[in-house]
Amino acid sequence: MTAAIVSASTAIDDSRFGLARTARLSGPLALDGGGSLAAIDIAYETYGTLAPDKSNAILICHALTGDQHVASAHPITGKPGWWSRMVGPGLPIDPDRHFIISTNVLGSCMGSSGPASLDPVTGLPYAMRFPVITIRDMVRAQALLLDHLGIARLEAVVGGSMGGMQALEWAATFPDRVEAVVGIATTARHSAQNIAFNEVGRQAIMADPNWRGGDYYATGQAPTAGLAVARMAAHITYLSEAGLTGKFGRRLQAREAKSFGFDADFQVESYLRHQGLAFTDRFDANSYLYITRAIDYFDLAEAHGGRLADAFRDTRTRFCIVSFDTDWLYPTPESRIIVHALNAAGAEASFVEISSPYGHDAFLLDTPELFRVVDGFLRAGESR
Amino acid sequence: MSALRPDLAIIADHVAAGASVLDVGCGDGGLMAALRDTKQARPRGIEIDGTNVAAAVARGLSVVQGDADTDLADYPTDSFDYAILSQTLQTTRAPDRVLDELLRIGRRAFVSFPNFAHWRVRASLLWGGRMPVTKNLPEQWYDTPNIHHLTVDDFRAFLRARGITTEGAWFLNRGRRTSAAAANFRAEHAVFLLRR
Repeated sequence: MTAAIVSASTAIDDSRFGLARTARLSGPLALDGGGSLAAIDIAYETYGTLAPDKSNAILICHALTGDQHVASAHPITGKPGWWSRMVGPGLPIDPDRHFIISTNVLGSCMGSSGPASLDPVTGLPYAMRFPVITIRDMVRAQALLLDHLGIARLEAVVGGSMGGMQALEWAATFPDRVEAVVGIATTARHSAQNIAFNEVGRQAIMADPNWRGGDYYATGQAPTAGLAVARMAAHITYLSEAGLTGKFGRRLQAREAKSFGFDADFQVESYLRHQGLAFTDRFDANSYLYITRAIDYFDLAEAHGGRLADAFRDTRTRFCIVSFDTDWLYPTPESRIIVHALNAAGAEASFVEISSPYGHDAFLLDTPELFRVVDGFLRAGESR
Repeated sequence: MSALRPDLAIIADHVAAGASVLDVGCGDGGLMAALRDTKQARPRGIEIDGTNVAAAVARGLSVVQGDADTDLADYPTDSFDYAILSQTLQTTRAPDRVLDELLRIGRRAFVSFPNFAHWRVRASLLWGGRMPVTKNLPEQWYDTPNIHHLTVDDFRAFLRARGITTEGAWFLNRGRRTSAAAANFRAEHAVFLLRR
């Protein structure tokens, strides 16, 4: 799977469509936290061709550290798009059938406005002066982008993990703009344990002397050690115990015996250190703080009087919720809470727990049952 | 489409066109697909087995993985024209409560079940002295999902005691209709259409 397979939109005469786009959207964008942003940049890509009746648009929402390169090579790592198993010709989300929009969320660091962006007032990076944002703020920013692209309704919003939160939020905030939601390995609210893990990551970043209260952009020394530790801790939550045992066990890393020191004796240590370091090449530490905060604040019921079903009241959106049996970050009971609320709201909902050894990351990996479910669910909407 | 199981064919024949239907224990969605395609019904399903759910969703049906014993409480009262429980009643932990829920969620309910008083079952117990293992009850006593066996007469008595109205009843022996008169002896399967 390479980027070449997925061509840019054929509507080449419209410069709004294609790969590696950025839109400057004039605000103000009012934020849940009380402030507002005068104007925002949203980096995005589109794949496929928008149907004449504009009925085939699918928005893909990425997870915490994802980006708009859903099916195109990452500009820094050169790796294939993060969901190139799901998005591409002949795949469930297919540029030959769908007009696919993938945005970098507000607060991130791949071209959309975030803490590394320049504050127009000071001409300096916002750093921690960027306003704290929410999942709903991200979704509102995506809605502004859709307005810019001239797309009133989405055939579907699809996302895993934090992307699933955005998909659910879309249905709650813009019910008339979303025909279907696919939420994979996700939750309607962040649990205490989830918040706790995020806080470990944030504290690791903020404890790094290079962090300097967030003002590290001009120093040439980012808090990479702290960010790497944050990534290491989080990465454990994306895997399963069985997966880690199967992949590494207690095997030693390129040595015959334990060193009786604090080198990475074990393969799992070496792997995590590599994951942590590689991550710092492509991600901004302050963005990590802001996005994990947005995730912590996510509680879809809270904004609807504490009753999740009311977030979906009178909805005509179809829902497909998928969980994985080895996901302990957003385990199946979290999906059941969503499904119970959808049933109580009378929503048309499907839900399945898929068996996979890969833990939370299963949504990104080779999980054929997931692809069959998403494909069937999307096609059912298209045949109406 | 493969032919429907005989009890499902009876149900499919008697669902009103365009109705909303909740199929509890829908398997891979065979009945739901038939109702959608031949009756323009709006079916939804609940199924406990994940592989079945994935197969049903992959064919474009709305199915939720769940347990009839615990998950029916989520559904609002009168939210479906019909609630269907086919070959599932005898596998539930609390069949009486499941039936109450069925008749709360659906304005009508179809219930089908294997009749434990069929003569072949009786013969197996009477002459063989063993728990019956038949084509319809293929599992051994220790691994059967059928934990609440019932007979046609048990079910009739239950309906009377609960004041539930029977709008229709169909009985099957070897996949063919048989009369209501000696159903408790002759029918392998029963299908009831119920109303509160």
